Amino acid sequence: MMDFVLGHINYWLIVAVMMVGLYTLMSRSNLIKKLAGLAIFQTAVILFYVSLGKVTGGTVPIMDEKYTLYSNPLPQVLMLTAIVVGVATTALGFALVIRIKEAYDSVEESEINKMDEQD
Amino acid sequence: MSLAVNLLLLVFLLVMALAVLKTRHLFAMAMLFGLYSLLVAGLFVVLDAPDVAFTEAAVGTGISTVLMLVTLASTKSGHELVSSEKSRAAPLIICVVMGALLIYGTHDLAELGDASSAPHQEVAARYIEKGQEETGVPNLVTAVLASYRGFDTLGEVTVVLTAGIGVLMLLGNRKKLRVKELANGK
Amino acid sequence: MANDLILRVITKWLSPIIILFALYVQFHGDYSPGGGFQAGVIFSSAILLYALTYGLDAALQLIPEMALRIGASLGVLIYGGVGVASMILGGNFLNYSVLASTPIAGQHIGIIVIELGVGLTVASVMVLLFFTFARRVAPE
Repeated sequence: MMDFVLGHINYWLIVAVMMVGLYTLMSRSNLIKKLAGLAIFQTAVILFYVSLGKVTGGTVPIMDEKYTLYSNPLPQVLMLTAIVVGVATTALGFALVIRIKEAYDSVEESEINKMDEQD
Repeated sequence: MSLAVNLLLLVFLLVMALAVLKTRHLFAMAMLFGLYSLLVAGLFVVLDAPDVAFTEAAVGTGISTVLMLVTLASTKSGHELVSSEKSRAAPLIICVVMGALLIYGTHDLAELGDASSAPHQEVAARYIEKGQEETGVPNLVTAVLASYRGFDTLGEVTVVLTAGIGVLMLLGNRKKLRVKELANGK
Repeated sequence: MANDLILRVITKWLSPIIILFALYVQFHGDYSPGGGFQAGVIFSSAILLYALTYGLDAALQLIPEMALRIGASLGVLIYGGVGVASMILGGNFLNYSVLASTPIAGQHIGIIVIELGVGLTVASVMVLLFFTFARRVAPE
């Protein structure tokens, strides 16, 4: 039982961080804060993926004669590109927020909804 | 030892995520988000992924945080409004249920660092065994990124370019369009 | 921030070192941790630091925006061009083995060139994003 907990507790903590991000995204009305929550959620998913590639006693996947056991390079490759793509798409989200601010003069979702209902 | 460092960093990470959730001051939130990214970069080093840590340190702490600050400056919003009308119960229930389901899902996963688990057997073992021989590049992350998964990376680079073009199209023109005024003036 | 002496002096010393490190990460990425994505974001963070301290106009003098737009497109073009070049030389798309006399030398050349393309696109797009956002902040 103890081994099971020690082997899985880091997954559970990552899931907890992920859910904090999702909760920020869903419960907060400020659009910039929503995007920060989305970024936290995304980073937690990336962290989960990379942690699947870890091998105990393994080393960084750069070949050298001194080592025989390496961590899995595949999750690292996939997540490396995901981070850069993630920041580019988050920037697109921020651009949309700036345009919404110009159009509605507010970045609060509740106020924007109210304005839409008035029309 | 590495597990202890891992857990310590993860607890800090959870605290930082809660701080981002709780703080009402948005500039403070941007700085906390930068700290969060720095902690994630530290975790990547513990997880044997220095390539990813490099990227996260430069992207998360540098570029993302700066973009967030610039957005805050250009929308001139320093504080989050306290909205009382919106119910917080439904999102909380959804998050707790989803978190519980995901944690239930992890009971099937191999323990952290288990070398005999399925992800390390098939294609990854092939990369480690033959990667340097076939590409002449000792850094397997670079070898897989650029050579074995070249199509994938071409797609990702195109996505980065497309996102850049999208931002230019949204913010590139200096004339500000006000949807509300246009609608009212009709 | 424009009058803060300490920030200005430190930025002046730090930016070239960050750019040098980015180039190291770019071209030594085959043997040590690094590659195009990492080098691109590190390079752009140096430019961001410069722009934050010295202002947007100074940064635009350093790198004109047109150069960034061309750089962003050129990076993808280089990447795709390597794929087409390997097709012309008789291989499959993005099969670098045919680029040189031996497959390993070909792979090595292919990897270095496409990493260059990736680095160029990522660095240009990141700096371009910042410039586009920062221009909105300037009072009109």
